[in-house]
Amino acid sequence: MKRSLFSRLPVVHQLRQSVGLQRGMLVVGLVITAVFVICALFAQLIAPYGFSQLRDANGQFGAQQAPSAEHIWGTTVSGYDVFSRVIWGAQTALEVMVVAVILSIFVGVFLGLVSGYFGGWLDRILVVLADAIYAFPSLLLAIVMSIVISGGQSNLYGGILAAAISITVVYIPQYFRVIRSETVRIKGGAFVESAKVIGASNTRIMVRHVLRNSTRTLPLIFTLNASEAVLTLAGLGFLGFGIEPTAAAEWGFDLNKSLSDVTSGIWWTAVFPGLAIVLSVLGVTLVGESLNDLADPRLRGRRAVAAAAGDVAATSVVPGGTLEAGPGGLAGLEGGGDFDDSGTRVHTDRSTS
Amino acid sequence: MTTTPRNVVAIENLEVSFSTDAGAIKAVDRVSLSVAAGEVLAIVGESGSGKTVTAKSILGLLPETATARGAIVLSSRDGSSGNDVVSLSKKQLRGIRGSDVSMVFQEPSTALNPVYTVGWQIAEGLRAHGTYTRAEAKAKAIEILGRVGIPDPETRVNHYPHQFSGGQKQRVVIAQALVLDPGLIVADEPTTALDVTVQAEILDLLRRCRDEFGAAIVLITHNMGVVADLADRVAVMYQGRVVEEASAVSLFANPQNDYTKKLLASVPHIGQGALQTAARASGRADAWENAAPVVVAKGLRIEYPGRFGRGGFVAVDGVDFEIRAGEVLGLVGESGSGKTTIGRAIGGLTTVTGGSLSVLDHEMNGIRERTFKKVRSDIGFVFQDPASSFNPLLTIADCVAEPLVIHGRAENPRAARARVDELLEAVQLPKSYGDRFPHELSGGQRQRASLARAIALEPSLLIADEPTSALDVSVQARVLELFAELQREFGFAALFISHDLAVVDLLADRIAVLYKGKLVEEGTGAEVLGAPQHPYTRRLLASLPVPDPIEQASRREALRALRATEA
Repeated sequence: MKRSLFSRLPVVHQLRQSVGLQRGMLVVGLVITAVFVICALFAQLIAPYGFSQLRDANGQFGAQQAPSAEHIWGTTVSGYDVFSRVIWGAQTALEVMVVAVILSIFVGVFLGLVSGYFGGWLDRILVVLADAIYAFPSLLLAIVMSIVISGGQSNLYGGILAAAISITVVYIPQYFRVIRSETVRIKGGAFVESAKVIGASNTRIMVRHVLRNSTRTLPLIFTLNASEAVLTLAGLGFLGFGIEPTAAAEWGFDLNKSLSDVTSGIWWTAVFPGLAIVLSVLGVTLVGESLNDLADPRLRGRRAVAAAAGDVAATSVVPGGTLEAGPGGLAGLEGGGDFDDSGTRVHTDRSTS
Repeated sequence: MTTTPRNVVAIENLEVSFSTDAGAIKAVDRVSLSVAAGEVLAIVGESGSGKTVTAKSILGLLPETATARGAIVLSSRDGSSGNDVVSLSKKQLRGIRGSDVSMVFQEPSTALNPVYTVGWQIAEGLRAHGTYTRAEAKAKAIEILGRVGIPDPETRVNHYPHQFSGGQKQRVVIAQALVLDPGLIVADEPTTALDVTVQAEILDLLRRCRDEFGAAIVLITHNMGVVADLADRVAVMYQGRVVEEASAVSLFANPQNDYTKKLLASVPHIGQGALQTAARASGRADAWENAAPVVVAKGLRIEYPGRFGRGGFVAVDGVDFEIRAGEVLGLVGESGSGKTTIGRAIGGLTTVTGGSLSVLDHEMNGIRERTFKKVRSDIGFVFQDPASSFNPLLTIADCVAEPLVIHGRAENPRAARARVDELLEAVQLPKSYGDRFPHELSGGQRQRASLARAIALEPSLLIADEPTSALDVSVQARVLELFAELQREFGFAALFISHDLAVVDLLADRIAVLYKGKLVEEGTGAEVLGAPQHPYTRRLLASLPVPDPIEQASRREALRALRATEA
């Protein structure tokens, strides 16, 4: 059962494993996310104008122009090109996502590991702190953080960092909790005890045995948090705590400015940034949810088998215990066939015994 | 007991396939079986042989990933109607479950819902199949609880599952299965999770299900002793097929199939170990008895802290024993007797709270981890569950190299590879297995790798905590043999912990019996098993079913007499 390196890559592997509706969801999510990332990376090449450009060789763009050949999605009330702003906005969103996730993932994982492994008073204090942050409305916290960090001014990096750090504060508890609960579970496992009996130091056990086994769910929170980061950024921008239009393009800010347009029949200024937010969140969420379902053998869909199909599964053993290949030996079911990649046992006939 | 030869269930050419990530897997392959009214059919086989799937398909309890073909004709109790379970709709299946066929599960503590009283749970089955008033349902529940041997059923009916012991819970589960008076009960490893003495009682109860309630029983088990005790007829399954079917008496006396013969031969018997023990004893030097022991426990007491405001739980209470160099001490006891706790205390995993425990001349009461770390290289540990005792992300070679790297015998796992290969060969695994991941090995192979890891530093003391209880009988035989070989070769002292008297008897020089945290008896195998002094040891020994129906019948009578004298 050796698979090529390519097919064992995280997302590729899941894509091959999936069937039916789950596969559809994953593919849709991946396509949307890919479009989003491409827009963000190549904004310079895709967008016809800069994000803060008000004029070109032909003079001013003019405010609230309807979609036309020059401005395919029209212009905003301030006279920016909507299409260019939406494309540049993807870049800002991606930057915030990356910074926020990187900042929170390392701190969260470290604290969760230490807290779960050692327990005691440190664990209790950290858990209470994490719960307290949970209880706080996250957007309010983000607003407070953005004021503290940027002091109300907002240039590009100040704005992005403010948004990213405020999101980080909210997310650290999530990574903390997930890693902590995994650590507590794994700590009780026999292989950790056997490392202890051998005489391994705490650091060695934490890094070599616990950490590597507890990161299995991280990609899932990672994707879900990335989509939430986009929402928080848009929320901040919409409420006026975002990034100035001259510093960077930001969808929430554009939505805010288009509020008055909606009532006067100017639809293009609101629809496109709005759609961009919805689609980017939807894409990342779909990927996250599908990965979540596929990671769990009980939620994972499978192709139906024909009646009486397949080979007889070898019994786990034969008398005396074989060393060579053969029924019950290596080539049999115990050769890894009934385990998925994460080592979880999947459906065999002994699911209850 | 009815004498009509009518079949309660007839399985014809049943085939069940599962959809897995690795493609279709066939679990049951053209199985035909039938059970007559009032008969006990035992389906035996090792894990993965398809016995549980066969039995579950009688109730239509297969998971969604399974597809079944063939016919399972199930008759109602009076024989008036018969249904093919394979082709029934979900609604029709609900109609026959409970009234025509019911199930007894393996683990009584998970089969009962902890938030409802047992009376409510028994009445649930009644309500699903007819209209009963609350009082009627309760009256029926009380009646059935009384009949399965729950004392004082009028009050117990209002109790929650956690207020019952393990054996009583299994009685409640059986009561639940019996309340609608089904013609057939499917019992899936009904005694595997229970202690030997409780197992004997539950087997008695199942026998009464047949004799008093007239129910036929399909008994799924891997324990040949249980088969010999209860079954009228036996079907041996191997790789999804029935390889042999015979009456219990003739199967044990005269097995036809090669697989059955091997299976029966690998079941350990009490008394097998006497020769080996004698051989080992005679091979020892004269001054051996006077040498300093490896482990000495004096008044050892281990208490687990209780919740705030409550006293702790005393797991081990005033235990004295010693293990001399090169000697195997077998520690036997039921669950909760404190045997694992003692093993963990010697390995430094549990703190000693009282008395004295000296391991390799280090006093464990109040020892600091830093002082003990050096001693650890002299102690090997084999854990019970081979599935979880290896880090799933490391290869076997890396896992076995861990102790070598930690204690500075090798720079990194790669440098230790030559030694790891030697070790793997010592436990009879091919070298190439070092590159495999733990899940790519079978249970027995993993347990052998676990032994390799334990002996990597050539320890003078090995602690084996139920190393074979998660394995099939035939694999167990192989691992035990290997353990004995290694012990001979490396000469380590060992503490062998097990709940199975026969297994301990095979390996141990001396046997210590633990009961509720206290050491009740200690001596050589011949002393403890041949002439047990303590009443608990006597009961334990008498409860152990032997794989011979005729001998087991007489042992059953002896046990009954023993219980009568105690009562």
